[in-house]
Amino acid sequence: MTKSRKYVRLKDAPLLPPPATEAGVTGWLWQNIFASMTDFQSIGACVRSLFMIFFSLLLVYVFVDQTFSLMDFAIFSAVWSDPEGLKREACWTLQQGGALPDGWHGACWPFVWAKQKFAWFGPYPSEELWRVYLSFAIGIFGLIWVLVERMPFRAQVGVLMLTIYPLFAFILLTGGNSGASFTGIGVWIIAGIAVISVGRIGATGYLGAVFSSVSGVFGIVGWGIVALNVFRGVAAVDFNLTPVGTGDWGGLLITLVVALTGIVASLPLGIVLALGRRSKLPVISILCTIFIEFWRGVPLITVLFMASVMLPLFLPAGVNFDNLLRALIGVMLFSAAYMAEVVRGGLQAIDKGQYEGAQAMGLSFWQSMRLIILPQALTHVIPGIVNTFIGLFKDTTLVSIVGIFDLLGAGQSAVADAAWSTPVQAITMYLYIGIIFFIFCFGMSRYSIFMEKKLSKSRRH
Amino acid sequence: MAASTDNKMQVTNEVMILMSQVNKWFGAFHVLRDINLTVNKGERIVICGPSGSGKSTLIRCLNRLEEHQSGDITVQGITLNNDLKNIDEIRREVGMVFQHFNLFPHLTILENCTLAPIWVRRMPKVDAEALAMKYLERVKIPEQAHKYPGQLSGGQQQRVAIARSLCMEPQLMLFDEPTSALDPEMIKEVLDTMVALAEDGMSMICVTHEMGFARKVANRVIFMDEGQIIEEKEPEAFFENPENERTKLFLSQILDH
Repeated sequence: MTKSRKYVRLKDAPLLPPPATEAGVTGWLWQNIFASMTDFQSIGACVRSLFMIFFSLLLVYVFVDQTFSLMDFAIFSAVWSDPEGLKREACWTLQQGGALPDGWHGACWPFVWAKQKFAWFGPYPSEELWRVYLSFAIGIFGLIWVLVERMPFRAQVGVLMLTIYPLFAFILLTGGNSGASFTGIGVWIIAGIAVISVGRIGATGYLGAVFSSVSGVFGIVGWGIVALNVFRGVAAVDFNLTPVGTGDWGGLLITLVVALTGIVASLPLGIVLALGRRSKLPVISILCTIFIEFWRGVPLITVLFMASVMLPLFLPAGVNFDNLLRALIGVMLFSAAYMAEVVRGGLQAIDKGQYEGAQAMGLSFWQSMRLIILPQALTHVIPGIVNTFIGLFKDTTLVSIVGIFDLLGAGQSAVADAAWSTPVQAITMYLYIGIIFFIFCFGMSRYSIFMEKKLSKSRRH
Repeated sequence: MAASTDNKMQVTNEVMILMSQVNKWFGAFHVLRDINLTVNKGERIVICGPSGSGKSTLIRCLNRLEEHQSGDITVQGITLNNDLKNIDEIRREVGMVFQHFNLFPHLTILENCTLAPIWVRRMPKVDAEALAMKYLERVKIPEQAHKYPGQLSGGQQQRVAIARSLCMEPQLMLFDEPTSALDPEMIKEVLDTMVALAEDGMSMICVTHEMGFARKVANRVIFMDEGQIIEEKEPEAFFENPENERTKLFLSQILDH
């Protein structure tokens, strides 16, 4: 080292702490709030900053004002109880003949408490309500078990929740003893096993190459038939419970039954349809495309009308199936079509190399789908899937137009009760229903965000 | 290192791959024209040629990632046709390494390696994991077993891809430009792995432009252009006195740096 030139650094530059505007709470406040409103360097910047200050204050004012109005209505000014059993008079002002000051505006919660049972369960007989409570309790317990990561045997519990639980809940809620003939069910089960066997034989390539590539479809259909008829068979057993027809169901119970059936059925159906639409076999691909486009092309209300009003006209006289079941099937197929397109989006995002990698290792089509492609594709589209779930949950309110009283329908008919007639009656009920819907939808949304974060942590690309 | 002195690297007379009169079209484009090729067990073939010459397509035909339209391909005595059973059997015996690795990003390195042994060979999980660790050690990254592919460098990912193929204990390895997507400083680690594999007597067909690798391990170099095999020689002869004009041109383009 004889001489050093000026531009050569001899020592490492020191690592300095960041300025206050870049890190910590002050940094956050500066970058997100104040940076945009403190620039007064030029006239343009001045105008911009003043605008920002003005609109920020305006937004804060509107937000605070609205929040306060809502809180005031729902909490501070609300009537909470009706100890004297006055009913509507408990929520009347002096002018209207009650005790509250004139100009009062608040929620009438005693009305909601009085209609609580109706809003949750509709006309379900009160002495049989334990059956609903029991199926809700087990459902919530199982759901939490499956969703919370630290629980052991989550997969097994999940399988139970998807197989035994629906059957159990169905028998509890309806009372079982459906009256279906066991001989008929037996014939169906044998037919299902036959379809599965045909699929198995086809998979060995015995019935030709084209057939062997669609043999998986036979397996799915066959197992579907068997499962459905085992379900019907158990539901036909007499458990000595008082039968409660679905006509006596209502409120949140209906909302949950319709939404959960739709959610649980739409994902697997959607996956099958999406795979089918991308199939290389033109027959399968065209059939799936027609199915998807048909169901996406008609409004859900039309589907429900068709199912409950038109369908019975086409069925032979005497054949009658449950109004709720018809609506359920409509909702299921409708949401499956939407789900299929979401899943297809995920499938298209998967690199061709992933299929080739799986193929080159000797995995079969179904193995590579199950182990490689679908786990990645579904992870990509979690927001879309949950979006469809949330949409479906809220669309269940449409069943009330075909005479099925879901939460909204039950709430609306409760509002018609003259014994509670007050100016705030409807608003209170809708607020209550809104809160219930919000809790469910917001819950789904948060869980999906949690899943996304978790998966992006462990699977960095 | 003198490759031919190693006993393990002896070529046998047992025919492993037989391609005769193979033709393939992509739509109207004739991508493979009258390919005739025989590869014996233990042989190490390097295929080179300009881009679009059909090199990758040729080796992708060997495990039916691409379908050929005419001619016969036999791998290990099994004829490659529409019979899914034959295709599955061939894929079990032939490992493949891709330019872009094609590791499964949602599985750990270990899971990537055990997947096929468990699901295709029906091996118990414990055995599959032991096997996977053996090959991960062989490609010198056992310590990465529980990471995800996205957390590894390109060179490491490609070595995992090699280990993943080896876990199926294949008779033949196909390499489709294994170093083309790598940063220069990572090419060596992958080539070293491949050289070690060759020294252990693995039969391999490599599509690559790594001419140093070709000189070192190949016992035949094949030059392809416009879907045809133009020249096929031992490496020394191939590099020292290529006969075809197109080969000369190609070599002058890739070696003159």
